[in-house]
Amino acid sequence: MKNHLTEDDLILHYYGELAGHDEAIVAAHLGACKDCQKDFRQLQRVLAAVDESAFAGPELPEHFERTVWARLEPNLRRDRSGWLSWFVFSPGRLAWVSLVLVLVTAAFVAGRLSPRTGTPDAGAGADPTTAQIRERILLINVSDHLEQSQMVLIELLSGDDQQPISFAGERTRAGELVAANRLYRLAATAPADAGIASLLDDLEPVLIDIAASPENVSSQELDELRRRIESKSLLFKVRVVSQDVRQRQRTSVRERAGQRSSL
Amino acid sequence: MSTDRPNLTGAGNPRLTNRMPQTDAATVALARDGNSEAFRALVERHSRAVYRLAHRMTGNPSDAEDVVQETFLKAYRQLGRFESRANFGTWLHRIAVNCSIDLIRSRPHREAAHDAADLEEIGTPGTQDTTQRTPERLMLSTEVQDRITEAMSTLSQRERAAFVLRHFEGHSIDDISRSLGLKANATKHSIFRAVRKMRAALEPFVASE
Repeated sequence: MKNHLTEDDLILHYYGELAGHDEAIVAAHLGACKDCQKDFRQLQRVLAAVDESAFAGPELPEHFERTVWARLEPNLRRDRSGWLSWFVFSPGRLAWVSLVLVLVTAAFVAGRLSPRTGTPDAGAGADPTTAQIRERILLINVSDHLEQSQMVLIELLSGDDQQPISFAGERTRAGELVAANRLYRLAATAPADAGIASLLDDLEPVLIDIAASPENVSSQELDELRRRIESKSLLFKVRVVSQDVRQRQRTSVRERAGQRSSL
Repeated sequence: MSTDRPNLTGAGNPRLTNRMPQTDAATVALARDGNSEAFRALVERHSRAVYRLAHRMTGNPSDAEDVVQETFLKAYRQLGRFESRANFGTWLHRIAVNCSIDLIRSRPHREAAHDAADLEEIGTPGTQDTTQRTPERLMLSTEVQDRITEAMSTLSQRERAAFVLRHFEGHSIDDISRSLGLKANATKHSIFRAVRKMRAALEPFVASE
Protein backbone atom coordinates (compact mmCIF):
# COMPACT_ATOMS: atom_id res chain seq x y z
CA MET A 1 0.00 0.00 0.00
CA LYS A 2 1.57 3.23 -1.13
CA ASN A 3 -0.87 5.66 0.47
CA HIS A 4 -1.00 6.12 4.20
CA LEU A 5 -3.75 4.46 6.18
CA THR A 6 -6.88 6.50 6.82
CA GLU A 7 -8.14 7.26 10.28
CA ASP A 8 -11.09 4.96 9.58
CA ASP A 9 -8.68 2.10 8.79
CA LEU A 10 -6.85 2.72 12.05
CA ILE A 11 -10.08 2.76 14.05
CA LEU A 12 -11.28 -0.50 12.49
CA HIS A 13 -7.86 -2.04 13.10
CA TYR A 14 -7.90 -0.87 16.72
CA TYR A 15 -11.24 -2.55 17.32
CA GLY A 16 -10.26 -5.70 15.39
CA GLU A 17 -13.04 -5.09 12.88
CA LEU A 18 -11.07 -5.64 9.66
CA ALA A 19 -11.62 -8.86 7.81
CA GLY A 20 -8.74 -11.21 6.91
CA HIS A 21 -7.25 -9.65 3.77
CA ASP A 22 -7.83 -6.02 4.76
CA GLU A 23 -6.41 -6.71 8.20
CA ALA A 24 -3.29 -8.25 6.67
CA ILE A 25 -2.75 -5.20 4.41
CA VAL A 26 -3.22 -2.74 7.26
CA ALA A 27 -0.97 -4.74 9.59
CA ALA A 28 1.74 -4.95 6.93
CA HIS A 29 1.55 -1.22 6.24
CA LEU A 30 1.67 -0.39 9.93
CA GLY A 31 4.75 -2.58 10.28
CA ALA A 32 6.55 -0.58 7.62
CA CYS A 33 5.24 3.00 7.88
CA LYS A 34 6.52 5.17 10.72
CA ASP A 35 3.95 7.94 10.15
CA CYS A 36 1.04 5.54 10.38
CA GLN A 37 2.57 3.89 13.44
CA LYS A 38 2.72 7.29 15.08
CA ASP A 39 -0.91 8.02 14.17
CA PHE A 40 -1.99 4.65 15.49
CA ARG A 41 -0.16 5.10 18.80
CA GLN A 42 -1.85 8.47 19.24
CA LEU A 43 -5.24 6.88 18.61
CA GLN A 44 -4.41 4.17 21.14
CA ARG A 45 -3.47 6.78 23.75
CA VAL A 46 -6.72 8.69 23.27
CA LEU A 47 -8.89 5.61 23.47
CA ALA A 48 -6.91 4.33 26.46
CA ALA A 49 -7.70 7.63 28.20
CA VAL A 50 -11.38 7.03 27.52
CA ASP A 51 -10.97 3.53 29.00
CA GLU A 52 -9.26 4.82 32.09
CA SER A 53 -11.92 7.39 32.70
CA ALA A 54 -14.54 4.63 32.31
CA PHE A 55 -16.83 7.60 31.79
CA ALA A 56 -18.20 7.49 35.30
CA GLY A 57 -21.29 9.64 34.73
CA PRO A 58 -22.85 11.87 37.37
CA GLU A 59 -22.31 11.47 41.12
CA LEU A 60 -25.17 9.51 42.61
CA PRO A 61 -26.67 10.39 45.97
CA GLU A 62 -25.97 8.18 48.96
CA HIS A 63 -29.58 6.98 49.10
CA PHE A 64 -29.70 6.15 45.38
CA GLU A 65 -30.48 2.46 45.96
CA ARG A 66 -33.35 3.33 48.29
CA THR A 67 -34.98 5.59 45.74
CA VAL A 68 -34.59 2.95 43.03
CA TRP A 69 -36.32 0.44 45.28
CA ALA A 70 -39.06 2.88 46.30
CA ARG A 71 -39.98 3.39 42.65
CA LEU A 72 -39.59 -0.24 41.73
CA GLU A 73 -41.37 -1.96 44.59
CA PRO A 74 -44.97 -0.92 43.75
CA ASN A 75 -44.46 -2.20 40.19
CA LEU A 76 -43.08 -5.51 41.42
CA ARG A 77 -45.98 -5.92 43.79
CA ARG A 78 -48.44 -5.22 40.99
CA ASP A 79 -46.52 -7.59 38.75
CA ARG A 80 -46.60 -10.34 41.33
CA SER A 81 -50.26 -9.90 42.11
CA GLY A 82 -51.18 -10.07 38.44
CA TRP A 83 -53.18 -7.53 36.51
CA LEU A 84 -56.55 -8.77 37.75
CA SER A 85 -55.77 -8.27 41.41
CA TRP A 86 -54.58 -4.76 40.58
CA PHE A 87 -58.26 -3.99 40.13
CA VAL A 88 -59.66 -6.45 42.66
CA PHE A 89 -57.61 -5.01 45.52
CA SER A 90 -58.46 -1.49 44.52
CA PRO A 91 -62.13 -0.70 43.96
CA GLY A 92 -61.06 2.89 43.27
CA ARG A 93 -58.98 1.83 40.29
CA LEU A 94 -61.76 -0.39 39.09
CA ALA A 95 -64.08 2.61 39.22
CA TRP A 96 -61.65 4.73 37.16
CA VAL A 97 -61.25 2.04 34.56
CA SER A 98 -65.02 1.62 34.37
CA LEU A 99 -65.35 5.37 33.92
CA VAL A 100 -62.80 5.33 31.10
CA LEU A 101 -64.71 2.54 29.38
CA VAL A 102 -67.99 4.43 29.78
CA LEU A 103 -66.43 7.61 28.37
CA VAL A 104 -64.90 5.81 25.42
CA THR A 105 -68.18 4.00 24.69
CA ALA A 106 -70.15 7.24 25.03
CA ALA A 107 -67.78 9.04 22.66
CA PHE A 108 -68.08 6.21 20.17
CA VAL A 109 -71.89 6.21 20.32
CA ALA A 110 -72.00 10.03 20.12
CA GLY A 111 -69.75 9.90 17.08
CA ARG A 112 -72.03 7.38 15.38
CA LEU A 113 -75.24 9.24 16.15
CA SER A 114 -74.19 12.84 15.58
CA PRO A 115 -75.06 14.25 12.10
CA ARG A 116 -72.12 14.63 9.75
CA THR A 117 -71.74 18.10 8.28
CA GLY A 118 -69.42 18.92 5.39
CA THR A 119 -66.35 16.95 4.53
CA PRO A 120 -63.74 16.11 7.11
CA ASP A 121 -60.77 18.43 7.21
CA ALA A 122 -57.75 16.33 6.43
CA GLY A 123 -55.39 18.76 8.14
CA ALA A 124 -57.36 19.12 11.30
CA GLY A 125 -55.05 16.82 13.28
CA ALA A 126 -56.22 14.65 16.18
CA ASP A 127 -59.91 14.00 16.72
CA PRO A 128 -61.10 16.65 19.21
CA THR A 129 -63.36 14.11 20.92
CA THR A 130 -60.37 11.91 21.70
CA ALA A 131 -58.42 14.90 23.02
CA GLN A 132 -61.34 15.93 25.22
CA ILE A 133 -61.72 12.42 26.61
CA ARG A 134 -58.01 12.24 27.26
CA GLU A 135 -58.15 15.55 29.09
CA ARG A 136 -61.17 14.54 31.16
CA ILE A 137 -59.59 11.27 32.21
CA LEU A 138 -56.33 12.96 33.09
CA LEU A 139 -58.09 15.65 35.15
CA ILE A 140 -60.15 13.10 37.06
CA ASN A 141 -57.09 11.02 37.89
CA VAL A 142 -54.84 13.95 38.70
CA SER A 143 -57.47 15.48 40.93
CA ASP A 144 -57.70 12.26 42.95
CA HIS A 145 -53.93 11.86 42.98
CA LEU A 146 -53.36 15.39 44.25
CA GLU A 147 -55.92 14.94 46.98
CA GLN A 148 -54.16 11.82 48.23
CA SER A 149 -50.73 13.45 47.95
CA GLN A 150 -52.02 16.45 49.83
CA MET A 151 -53.16 14.21 52.68
CA VAL A 152 -49.73 12.59 52.92
CA LEU A 153 -48.04 16.01 52.96
CA ILE A 154 -50.45 17.42 55.56
CA GLU A 155 -49.94 14.44 57.88
CA LEU A 156 -46.23 14.82 57.51
CA LEU A 157 -46.17 18.54 58.12
CA SER A 158 -48.58 18.51 61.03
CA GLY A 159 -47.24 15.52 63.01
CA ASP A 160 -45.76 15.77 66.50
CA ASP A 161 -42.04 16.36 66.04
CA GLN A 162 -40.95 15.75 69.62
CA GLN A 163 -41.04 11.96 69.38
CA PRO A 164 -39.54 9.55 66.84
CA ILE A 165 -42.38 9.14 64.38
CA SER A 166 -43.74 5.95 62.92
CA PHE A 167 -43.90 6.50 59.24
CA ALA A 168 -45.32 3.21 58.04
CA GLY A 169 -48.67 4.55 56.78
CA GLU A 170 -47.30 7.55 54.93
CA ARG A 171 -44.52 5.47 53.46
CA THR A 172 -46.82 2.85 52.05
CA ARG A 173 -49.15 5.47 50.59
CA ALA A 174 -46.27 7.48 49.17
CA GLY A 175 -44.90 4.30 47.59
CA GLU A 176 -48.23 3.73 45.86
CA LEU A 177 -48.42 7.35 44.74
CA VAL A 178 -44.94 7.34 43.15
CA ALA A 179 -45.91 5.12 40.22
CA ALA A 180 -49.15 7.01 39.63
CA ASN A 181 -47.34 10.34 39.83
CA ARG A 182 -44.92 9.29 37.16
CA LEU A 183 -47.70 8.03 34.90
CA TYR A 184 -49.68 11.26 35.14
CA ARG A 185 -46.55 13.39 34.70
CA LEU A 186 -45.79 11.60 31.43
CA ALA A 187 -49.43 11.92 30.34
CA ALA A 188 -49.61 15.66 31.04
CA THR A 189 -48.19 16.70 27.69
CA ALA A 190 -50.73 19.25 26.46
CA PRO A 191 -49.76 22.94 26.76
CA ALA A 192 -52.63 23.45 29.20
CA ASP A 193 -51.14 20.74 31.44
CA ALA A 194 -47.77 22.46 31.91
CA GLY A 195 -48.65 23.51 35.49
CA ILE A 196 -49.70 19.96 36.38
CA ALA A 197 -46.54 18.47 34.86
CA SER A 198 -44.35 20.95 36.71
CA LEU A 199 -46.03 20.23 40.05
CA LEU A 200 -45.80 16.46 39.54
CA ASP A 201 -42.15 16.93 38.70
CA ASP A 202 -41.59 18.64 42.06
CA LEU A 203 -43.78 16.17 43.92
CA GLU A 204 -42.15 12.98 42.67
CA PRO A 205 -38.77 13.23 44.45
CA VAL A 206 -40.52 14.10 47.72
CA LEU A 207 -42.86 11.11 47.43
CA ILE A 208 -39.88 8.90 46.61
CA ASP A 209 -38.04 10.20 49.68
CA ILE A 210 -41.04 9.53 51.91
CA ALA A 211 -41.46 6.05 50.46
CA ALA A 212 -37.76 5.33 50.94
CA SER A 213 -37.48 6.67 54.48
CA PRO A 214 -36.97 4.32 57.43
CA GLU A 215 -39.95 3.07 59.42
CA ASN A 216 -39.27 5.36 62.35
CA VAL A 217 -37.80 8.72 61.49
CA SER A 218 -35.98 10.90 63.97
CA SER A 219 -37.09 14.48 64.49
CA GLN A 220 -34.02 15.68 62.54
CA GLU A 221 -34.91 13.52 59.56
CA LEU A 222 -38.47 14.70 59.74
CA ASP A 223 -37.31 18.33 59.92
CA GLU A 224 -35.19 17.78 56.83
CA LEU A 225 -38.13 16.31 54.95
CA ARG A 226 -40.39 19.14 56.04
CA ARG A 227 -37.81 21.69 54.98
CA ARG A 228 -37.74 20.14 51.51
CA ILE A 229 -41.50 20.28 51.24
CA GLU A 230 -41.70 23.82 52.55
CA SER A 231 -38.78 25.15 50.52
CA LYS A 232 -40.69 24.32 47.36
CA SER A 233 -44.02 25.52 48.81
CA LEU A 234 -45.20 22.11 47.74
CA LEU A 235 -48.38 21.95 49.77
CA PHE A 236 -49.42 25.38 48.55
CA LYS A 237 -48.72 24.40 44.94
CA VAL A 238 -50.69 21.16 45.33
CA ARG A 239 -53.67 23.15 46.60
CA VAL A 240 -53.45 25.73 43.82
CA VAL A 241 -53.13 23.13 41.06
CA SER A 242 -55.92 21.04 42.64
CA GLN A 243 -58.21 24.04 42.49
CA ASP A 244 -57.21 24.70 38.92
CA VAL A 245 -57.85 21.07 37.99
CA ARG A 246 -61.28 21.13 39.62
CA GLN A 247 -62.09 24.39 37.80
CA ARG A 248 -61.10 22.82 34.49
CA GLN A 249 -63.27 19.82 35.27
CA ARG A 250 -66.25 22.10 35.96
CA THR A 251 -65.65 24.05 32.74
CA SER A 252 -65.41 20.82 30.80
CA VAL A 253 -68.71 19.58 32.30
CA ARG A 254 -70.42 22.88 31.42
CA GLU A 255 -69.10 22.76 27.86
CA ARG A 256 -70.38 19.25 27.39
CA ALA A 257 -73.77 20.20 28.83
CA GLY A 258 -73.88 23.16 26.39
CA GLN A 259 -73.01 20.89 23.47
CA ARG A 260 -75.76 18.44 24.42
CA SER A 261 -78.43 21.14 24.75
CA SER A 262 -77.53 22.64 21.38
CA LEU A 263 -78.03 19.32 19.60
CA MET B 1 -54.90 -7.96 53.43
CA SER B 2 -52.65 -10.78 52.40
CA THR B 3 -49.82 -11.45 54.83
CA ASP B 4 -47.32 -12.49 52.19
CA ARG B 5 -47.27 -9.06 50.59
CA PRO B 6 -43.73 -7.79 50.22
CA ASN B 7 -42.59 -5.73 53.10
CA LEU B 8 -41.96 -2.06 52.37
CA THR B 9 -40.22 -1.42 55.61
CA GLY B 10 -36.52 -0.79 55.96
CA ALA B 11 -35.83 0.17 52.37
CA GLY B 12 -32.15 0.75 51.93
CA ASN B 13 -31.47 -0.45 55.42
CA PRO B 14 -28.00 -1.98 55.61
CA ARG B 15 -29.22 -4.43 58.25
CA LEU B 16 -31.50 -5.91 55.64
CA THR B 17 -28.67 -6.41 53.19
CA ASN B 18 -26.55 -7.93 55.94
CA ARG B 19 -29.20 -10.55 56.61
CA MET B 20 -29.02 -11.66 53.00
CA PRO B 21 -26.49 -14.18 51.71
CA GLN B 22 -23.27 -12.60 50.57
CA THR B 23 -23.24 -14.24 47.15
CA ASP B 24 -25.55 -13.26 44.32
CA ALA B 25 -26.23 -16.91 43.52
CA ALA B 26 -27.70 -17.61 46.97
CA THR B 27 -29.62 -14.33 47.00
CA VAL B 28 -31.04 -15.03 43.54
CA ALA B 29 -32.18 -18.45 44.75
CA LEU B 30 -34.12 -16.80 47.58
CA ALA B 31 -35.56 -14.19 45.22
CA ARG B 32 -36.72 -16.93 42.86
CA ASP B 33 -38.60 -18.48 45.75
CA GLY B 34 -40.57 -15.25 46.05
CA ASN B 35 -38.51 -13.54 48.74
CA SER B 36 -38.87 -9.86 47.88
CA GLU B 37 -36.25 -8.84 50.46
CA ALA B 38 -33.74 -10.93 48.54
CA PHE B 39 -34.64 -9.16 45.33
CA ARG B 40 -34.26 -5.85 47.09
CA ALA B 41 -30.77 -6.88 48.18
CA LEU B 42 -29.93 -7.58 44.53
CA VAL B 43 -31.29 -4.17 43.54
CA GLU B 44 -29.16 -2.54 46.21
CA ARG B 45 -26.04 -4.38 45.07
CA HIS B 46 -26.39 -3.72 41.36
CA SER B 47 -28.43 -0.56 40.78
CA ARG B 48 -25.45 1.80 40.67
CA ALA B 49 -23.66 -0.28 38.04
CA VAL B 50 -26.84 -0.53 35.97
CA TYR B 51 -27.34 3.23 36.24
CA ARG B 52 -23.76 3.93 35.12
CA LEU B 53 -24.17 1.71 32.08
CA ALA B 54 -27.57 3.21 31.25
CA HIS B 55 -26.24 6.73 31.60
CA ARG B 56 -23.32 5.92 29.33
CA MET B 57 -25.70 4.54 26.74
CA THR B 58 -28.43 7.17 26.89
CA GLY B 59 -26.49 10.22 28.05
CA ASN B 60 -29.45 11.41 30.04
CA PRO B 61 -30.01 10.99 33.81
CA SER B 62 -33.77 10.70 33.53
CA ASP B 63 -33.56 8.11 30.74
CA ALA B 64 -30.94 6.24 32.76
CA GLU B 65 -33.31 6.08 35.73
CA ASP B 66 -36.03 4.71 33.47
CA VAL B 67 -33.63 2.08 32.16
CA VAL B 68 -32.73 1.07 35.72
CA GLN B 69 -36.41 0.56 36.54
CA GLU B 70 -37.11 -1.35 33.35
CA THR B 71 -34.02 -3.51 33.80
CA PHE B 72 -34.94 -4.65 37.29
CA LEU B 73 -38.56 -5.14 36.33
CA LYS B 74 -37.51 -7.38 33.44
CA ALA B 75 -34.98 -9.19 35.61
CA TYR B 76 -37.70 -9.81 38.17
CA ARG B 77 -40.04 -11.22 35.54
CA GLN B 78 -37.34 -13.38 33.99
CA LEU B 79 -35.75 -14.56 37.21
CA GLY B 80 -37.15 -18.03 36.60
CA ARG B 81 -35.18 -18.23 33.36
CA PHE B 82 -31.89 -17.17 34.91
CA GLU B 83 -29.44 -20.04 35.03
CA SER B 84 -27.99 -20.29 38.49
CA ARG B 85 -24.53 -21.12 37.15
CA ALA B 86 -24.39 -17.83 35.28
CA ASN B 87 -23.20 -14.58 36.76
CA PHE B 88 -26.15 -12.47 37.89
CA GLY B 89 -24.29 -9.18 37.30
CA THR B 90 -23.45 -10.15 33.71
CA TRP B 91 -27.00 -11.27 33.07
CA LEU B 92 -28.38 -8.03 34.47
CA HIS B 93 -25.86 -6.06 32.44
CA ARG B 94 -27.16 -7.69 29.26
CA ILE B 95 -30.73 -6.83 30.16
CA ALA B 96 -29.71 -3.22 30.85
CA VAL B 97 -27.96 -2.95 27.47
CA ASN B 98 -31.11 -4.24 25.75
CA CYS B 99 -33.36 -1.87 27.71
CA SER B 100 -31.10 1.05 26.77
CA ILE B 101 -31.20 0.02 23.12
CA ASP B 102 -34.99 -0.29 23.25
CA LEU B 103 -35.25 3.18 24.70
CA ILE B 104 -32.89 4.67 22.13
CA ARG B 105 -34.72 2.97 19.28
CA SER B 106 -38.06 4.22 20.53
CA ARG B 107 -36.89 7.80 20.21
CA PRO B 108 -37.21 9.81 17.01
CA HIS B 109 -33.87 9.70 15.25
CA ARG B 110 -31.88 12.91 15.49
CA GLU B 111 -28.42 13.14 14.00
CA ALA B 112 -26.12 16.03 14.65
CA ALA B 113 -25.58 17.79 11.36
CA HIS B 114 -22.75 20.00 12.51
CA ASP B 115 -19.84 17.68 13.07
CA ALA B 116 -17.22 20.17 12.01
CA ALA B 117 -18.48 22.83 14.41
CA ASP B 118 -18.64 20.27 17.20
CA LEU B 119 -15.12 19.12 16.55
CA GLU B 120 -13.84 22.67 16.52
CA GLU B 121 -15.57 23.45 19.77
CA ILE B 122 -14.39 20.27 21.47
CA GLY B 123 -10.88 20.77 20.19
CA THR B 124 -10.50 24.12 21.94
CA PRO B 125 -9.21 23.35 25.40
CA GLY B 126 -10.80 26.44 26.90
CA THR B 127 -8.67 29.11 28.47
CA GLN B 128 -6.72 26.73 30.64
CA ASP B 129 -3.03 26.45 30.02
CA THR B 130 -2.18 22.78 29.92
CA THR B 131 1.40 23.09 28.76
CA GLN B 132 2.84 23.21 32.28
CA ARG B 133 1.35 19.92 33.32
CA THR B 134 2.74 16.50 32.66
CA PRO B 135 0.62 14.17 30.55
CA GLU B 136 0.74 11.55 33.30
CA ARG B 137 -0.85 13.95 35.77
CA LEU B 138 -3.38 15.12 33.28
CA MET B 139 -4.32 11.61 32.30
CA LEU B 140 -5.71 11.00 35.74
CA SER B 141 -7.10 14.43 36.30
CA THR B 142 -10.69 15.41 36.49
CA GLU B 143 -10.03 17.68 33.55
CA VAL B 144 -9.75 14.66 31.28
CA GLN B 145 -12.95 13.29 32.77
CA ASP B 146 -14.65 16.59 32.10
CA ARG B 147 -13.42 16.63 28.52
CA ILE B 148 -14.69 13.11 27.94
CA THR B 149 -18.05 13.95 29.48
CA GLU B 150 -18.23 17.05 27.32
CA ALA B 151 -17.29 15.15 24.18
CA MET B 152 -19.80 12.40 24.97
CA SER B 153 -22.51 15.01 25.35
CA THR B 154 -21.90 16.22 21.79
CA LEU B 155 -22.50 12.76 20.35
CA SER B 156 -25.84 12.09 18.74
CA GLN B 157 -27.84 9.31 20.32
CA ARG B 158 -26.84 6.92 17.56
CA GLU B 159 -23.15 7.81 17.76
CA ARG B 160 -23.22 7.46 21.49
CA ALA B 161 -24.96 4.09 21.51
CA ALA B 162 -22.72 2.69 18.76
CA PHE B 163 -19.54 3.97 20.41
CA VAL B 164 -20.47 2.74 23.90
CA LEU B 165 -21.44 -0.68 22.60
CA ARG B 166 -18.22 -0.98 20.59
CA HIS B 167 -15.76 0.66 22.93
CA PHE B 168 -17.03 -0.18 26.41
CA GLU B 169 -19.17 -3.22 25.81
CA GLY B 170 -17.00 -4.89 23.18
CA HIS B 171 -19.86 -5.68 20.78
CA SER B 172 -18.95 -6.21 17.14
CA ILE B 173 -20.09 -3.73 14.50
CA ASP B 174 -22.36 -6.40 13.02
CA ASP B 175 -24.03 -7.01 16.38
CA ILE B 176 -24.41 -3.29 17.00
CA SER B 177 -25.99 -2.83 13.58
CA ARG B 178 -28.50 -5.55 14.34
CA SER B 179 -29.27 -4.15 17.79
CA LEU B 180 -29.73 -0.59 16.62
CA GLY B 181 -31.42 -1.50 13.35
CA LEU B 182 -28.74 0.18 11.23
CA LYS B 183 -26.75 -0.79 8.17
CA ALA B 184 -23.17 -1.77 8.96
CA ASN B 185 -21.83 1.31 7.17
CA ALA B 186 -24.04 3.63 9.21
CA THR B 187 -22.80 1.98 12.41
CA LYS B 188 -19.18 2.33 11.28
CA HIS B 189 -19.65 5.99 10.49
CA SER B 190 -21.30 6.61 13.84
CA ILE B 191 -18.27 5.05 15.54
CA PHE B 192 -15.82 6.99 13.35
CA ARG B 193 -17.53 10.27 14.19
CA ALA B 194 -17.57 9.44 17.87
CA VAL B 195 -13.86 8.55 17.89
CA ARG B 196 -13.04 11.75 16.01
CA LYS B 197 -14.86 13.76 18.64
CA MET B 198 -12.98 11.92 21.39
CA ARG B 199 -9.69 12.63 19.65
CA ALA B 200 -10.52 16.28 19.22
CA ALA B 201 -11.39 16.51 22.91
CA LEU B 202 -8.45 14.56 24.30
CA GLU B 203 -5.50 15.02 22.00
CA PRO B 204 -4.47 18.28 23.66
CA PHE B 205 -4.19 16.30 26.88
CA VAL B 206 -2.48 13.08 25.88
CA ALA B 207 1.19 12.81 25.14
CA SER B 208 2.15 13.03 21.49
CA GLU B 209 5.49 12.07 19.95
